Amino acid sequence: MGLSGKDLLGLQFVPVEEIKLILNTAVPMKEIIKRQIKKVPTLRGRSVVTVFYEASTRTRVSFELAAKYLSADTVNIAAGTSSVSKGEGLKDTARTIAAMGADVVVLRHPMAGAADMLARTIGAPVINAGDGAHEHPSQALLDLFTVREKKGRLEGLKVAIIGDILHSRVARSDIWGFTKMGAEVRLSGPATLLPQETERMGAITCASIEEALTGADVINILRIQKERQQQGLFPGLREYSQLFGINKERLKLAAPDALVMHPGPMNRGVEIAPEVADGVQSVINEQVTNGVAVRMALLYLLTGGGNQHEITH
Amino acid sequence: MKLLIKGGTVIDPAAGKVVEKDILLADGKIAETGTDLSAGGVEVLDAGGKLVAPGLIDMHVHLREPGFEAKETIFSGTRAAARGGFTTVACMPNTNPVADNAAIIAYIKDRARAKGAVNAFPIGAITRESKGEELAEMGDMKEAGAVAFSDDGMPVMNAGLLRRAMQYARMLGLTIISHCEDKNLSAGGAMHEGYMSTVLGLKGITSSAEDVMVARDILLAEETGCRLHIAHVSTAGSVRLIRAAKARGVKVTAEVTPHHFSLTAEAVAGYDTSTKVNPPLRTAADVAAVKEGLADGTIDVIATDHAPHTVEEKDVEYELAPFGLVGLETAVGLVWTELVATGALTPLQAITKLTINPASILGLSKGTLMTCADADITIIDPEISWTVEPAQFAGKGRNTPFTGRLLKGLPYATIVSGRIVMRDGIIK
Repeated sequence: MGLSGKDLLGLQFVPVEEIKLILNTAVPMKEIIKRQIKKVPTLRGRSVVTVFYEASTRTRVSFELAAKYLSADTVNIAAGTSSVSKGEGLKDTARTIAAMGADVVVLRHPMAGAADMLARTIGAPVINAGDGAHEHPSQALLDLFTVREKKGRLEGLKVAIIGDILHSRVARSDIWGFTKMGAEVRLSGPATLLPQETERMGAITCASIEEALTGADVINILRIQKERQQQGLFPGLREYSQLFGINKERLKLAAPDALVMHPGPMNRGVEIAPEVADGVQSVINEQVTNGVAVRMALLYLLTGGGNQHEITH
Repeated sequence: MKLLIKGGTVIDPAAGKVVEKDILLADGKIAETGTDLSAGGVEVLDAGGKLVAPGLIDMHVHLREPGFEAKETIFSGTRAAARGGFTTVACMPNTNPVADNAAIIAYIKDRARAKGAVNAFPIGAITRESKGEELAEMGDMKEAGAVAFSDDGMPVMNAGLLRRAMQYARMLGLTIISHCEDKNLSAGGAMHEGYMSTVLGLKGITSSAEDVMVARDILLAEETGCRLHIAHVSTAGSVRLIRAAKARGVKVTAEVTPHHFSLTAEAVAGYDTSTKVNPPLRTAADVAAVKEGLADGTIDVIATDHAPHTVEEKDVEYELAPFGLVGLETAVGLVWTELVATGALTPLQAITKLTINPASILGLSKGTLMTCADADITIIDPEISWTVEPAQFAGKGRNTPFTGRLLKGLPYATIVSGRIVMRDGIIK
């Protein structure tokens, strides 16, 4: 079995069976990362182009390493944001890349729907590495992978997502992903940073942070951006930290073995206390490792892996 | 020059009647109506099985000339109108330069006379350059032919200034057309704020961005006695406010666009930029409310807000695309498919909102089939089914969210001053 879609633009429309396939495929991929010689020939002769219209070290490097471990050739295009604001760029860049024979294009873009647009423009598979506040499916998949690995299951778990849900593509992809896999998703954050009608997505918006955290099996802490304060969306980081920062005291509300996650990069001392970030319940570093494994699985599956009986490793 | 329209079902909103009769046009006027009028050698247009109505009037279009001729011109826009069954359009002043003085108004009128396939009446700006800072010369513009005033798309945020504009417009006897949008509430938004904006990750425009301005403008109209027309109503809240204002005698009228009674924010899924429009496509409850408002008379007019853009301008990321969609050539099909066929409006009600009501708001002696009235006639085939194909449009814009949509009801002929300007899709 393989993936039914050409692209991975979001988790909203990915069937549960395919999410499971991706997570299962990532298991042997993680084995490869742990080897001394981290290279398999699976994607030899294939090219993966990462196009980043937004600064991102973590996600870009993760995709690039994932491609390299599978022996694909990789190129990164860091597009200046100036060409984005002019409205030129994306479509033309896309056609150029397609004409050069890219086998997979990975796109990070500050505007929602950019990956959809790219996917419509070119024939090659497109992986959405984050488009505005829309989706960031590979991040959600690595979150699912990490939780499943640690807890042995996803079904029935209580997952609290804390912070700026409104602007978070990670939150949206996580909501789709975790609810599809049978987990309960709870949201909490400043009222001005909670989007409308998230209950229709299957999530529960909690009246207080305490309600969200009580008995939670997973706490996913989102990055709060100073920029949102400047936009007048909340009064300030100091108060945010007091009201929504996850510290040792708040962590005690969650299940004793709750996992602490963060998509990074962290504002230590703001949304997450240093002792929580570095505490025994934190799986933040493992998320990074698992990110490479999940992206290897995605590259493999989107280039036709799983449809033939290929040997991956 | 004479023309006999024979055998049609005549919808006359001024008389409030739908009857089978013939209409004889002579010298640009309606000469005679009656049953079995004899041809007597004049040209006959067989309207058997079709609806014959006063020429349709679209009181809200953007012809883009002068300044944005790549999007549309008076020539192309009025051809789109002719194809869509409209014999008269009123064009918004957000051209470049803005139609904020008599010279531009006169220019648009001249161009319309020279190049227009149908009648085009300019709407003047309320404030200079529509900047919302100082009043434009409304009196001068009225003399030059402006039929109403609006800062469409650039709502006058300063309530004190709008109040003075209303006092002034009242003195002139002209209507203020208000695009109701609180810019502080809508800032940065690309679509309706609700479930779909949450899912798509696009910044939303809350319904209250419209509602608070409708409420404000109604209060100012009530105080000043100015006639106020609310453009493109999109929310249930607006309908409620307008209904209440009418009940207490405020001189307020309102319009709705075909896209706001046909589509919801669900259409934005997939990020098709032709669904990006201001005000945004709202919810099913809002669609139901505007239909109810149409049925009970709260909403007086159906107008398209025809807003053409070039393919290049729209073929970008959703956030970057300009607001607006083209409506002239799909309006009749949508009115018939979504309102008449569903029983929301009778054919007479629909035609009333497309003819005599906008004529009355703009002070035009049109929209009627009385003897001696202008021989502007639209003939509609209510039974024909057709598929929306933007490539076939007479206008320049291709930005429609209705591509591929099957519609029932199509204008068969458009007659302006007794002359057939469109027949069976062909523009003469």
